[in-house]
Amino acid sequence: MAGLFSRLVKRTGASILFTIDGEAVEAREGDLLMTAILLHRPALRRFEFGESSRAGFCMMAACQDCWVLLADGRRLRACSTPVEPGMAVIVDGDPNG
Amino acid sequence: MADPLVVIVGAGPAGVRAAETLALAGLQPILIDEAERPGGQIYRQPPAGAVRPGIYGLEIRKAAGIHGVLAGLGAVDYRPRTLVWNVFQDRLDLLTIEGHGEQRFDRLILATGAMDRALPFPGWTLPGVFTLGGAQIALKSQGVSIGRRVALVGAGPLLPLVAHQYVGAGAQVVAVLDVTPFAPKLLQLLGLAAEPGTLAKGLWYTARNRMQGLAAAYGVRAIRAEGKRQVEALIYKDAMGVEHRIACDAIGASCGLRSETQLADLAGCAFVFDQVGRQWVPQRTGQGRSSVPAVYLAGDGAGIGGADAAELQGRRTALAVLEDLGRPVDLAEAARLDRRLARQARFRKALENAYPFPDHLLDDVADEEMVCRCEGITAGALREAARDKDAAEINRLKAFTRIGMGRCQGRVCGHAAAELLARASGVGIEGVGRLRGQPPVKPIPVLGGVP
Ligand SMILES: Cc1cc2nc3c(=O)[nH]c(=O)nc-3n(C[C@H](O)[C@H](O)[C@H](O)COP(=O)(O)OP(=O)(O)OC[C@H]3O[C@@H](n4cnc5c(N)ncnc54)[C@H](O)[C@@H]3O)c2cc1C
Ligand code: FES
Repeated sequence: MAGLFSRLVKRTGASILFTIDGEAVEAREGDLLMTAILLHRPALRRFEFGESSRAGFCMMAACQDCWVLLADGRRLRACSTPVEPGMAVIVDGDPNG
Repeated sequence: MADPLVVIVGAGPAGVRAAETLALAGLQPILIDEAERPGGQIYRQPPAGAVRPGIYGLEIRKAAGIHGVLAGLGAVDYRPRTLVWNVFQDRLDLLTIEGHGEQRFDRLILATGAMDRALPFPGWTLPGVFTLGGAQIALKSQGVSIGRRVALVGAGPLLPLVAHQYVGAGAQVVAVLDVTPFAPKLLQLLGLAAEPGTLAKGLWYTARNRMQGLAAAYGVRAIRAEGKRQVEALIYKDAMGVEHRIACDAIGASCGLRSETQLADLAGCAFVFDQVGRQWVPQRTGQGRSSVPAVYLAGDGAGIGGADAAELQGRRTALAVLEDLGRPVDLAEAARLDRRLARQARFRKALENAYPFPDHLLDDVADEEMVCRCEGITAGALREAARDKDAAEINRLKAFTRIGMGRCQGRVCGHAAAELLARASGVGIEGVGRLRGQPPVKPIPVLGGVP
């Protein structure tokens, strides 16, 4: 699946492995969870009040559009949370955003 | 007697300069910010461990100045990753990675900054639509572009700036659309000259953008994002009324800035209506005093003035705190800051006039359009409540429709809702009142720390 974001500045940090809907993907140290997901996917979550998806909006922890669910039950605001190794993100199939 | 406890919320240009001024005067202020590193919105840094993308337009020196201040000041008790979610009397409620906490204060400086003023348009909830500020943060904090083909839409100085920064970083910018007309910008040139440096910068961006084949279109109307599951195109009408369709996968769009005022509200500060920003803001004197004796206001959180004004206000407000604490104050410095702030205010007024509020966007919002991104409340629902339930005041509208009660607490929808209500009820925008702030000002997880 094509990602929405594209990298303009090369990241030299350590590789970070995590999963999106079970698929193993790679991020780099210094990536926020939002960046890490949107480099691989067009959206972050399903919208709970309609048939659509959401990909965040403000990137500054204000709009709360970017909360994502992890398989371990944690909910995280993706634009203010650094990605960590082993995170298992659920993008599709979480209607409660 | 122990030193008075001064707490500053916000480590942007305003808060950092306030902390610096207090520390140099011998106090040990506490500086709290929910972000991981200092700099605020304009000088947002990448997370620790990441290479700095090095994209600040022309502001690299200023950014480095703000980032470096705290390192040189042992006296500031800097607490990053700490959300202030409530103010009650002389106490702040905090949330950190470790959990909940409290902080008492003798004096409180609120330097909470601003965010983009978002206005709804068809398709604005599609994945791929971000604010202009969000598009900029993606670049400066993460070194990424919000899409492969990016369209930028707006009404304010962030538009040419972000366009310039995106092109400079190698992104493909397919359109720069200004929803305000060009003529007022020429008219305001004289006032803009009150800050020669800044004016030169604005012109420089515009010239650079043109040289790179990126001429902005002005007076653009009827913007609309289309796409099945994500943004596929941006459609708009040019100033002559001709429709254009531009293929793109991401859009950065917003219309100026709005102040982050919730904490001032909870602190009990009186508010005044800012005609230029069309927003209720906490009342402050030129020296940064609010209506509450122990509470002070600095930076864009109490009216938009931009980054340079925020630094000056941070310093000036700290001097007011020192004065009120009976500490010696450099009066010549205070007078110098007052003069520079007056110049900044003239520049700001001219800038706002150069970008008049784009009324047409709100007149065009269709009933089925979502105004509330959090819960999907539509413009039609708001208009119906205004008409049938006689909800001519914004908090009444909130009670009937839940507008402003979602996760963002009205940060995103509040402005548009007030404008729509003003139109539907025939009361002026000032007359509909303001959404009252409620703790927690941001969602706090029941378990665990700051997300
Ligand atoms: C995304 C964005 C990009 C911008 N880019 C530019 C630009 O390029 N050029 C320009 O001139 N202006 C820009 N601005 C305008 C900007 O508002 C000011 O120039 C400047 O950042 C204002 O400084 P400040 O110190 O008042 O607030 P800010 O820089 O916004 O800093 C406020 C700080 O307060 C913190 N905070 C707020 N509420 C809480 C809370 N409850 N608990 C804990 N911490 C809190 C925030 O995390 C933030 O770090 C931008 C604004 C935004 C929103
Ligand atoms: S994108 Fe707005 S809060 Fe994260």
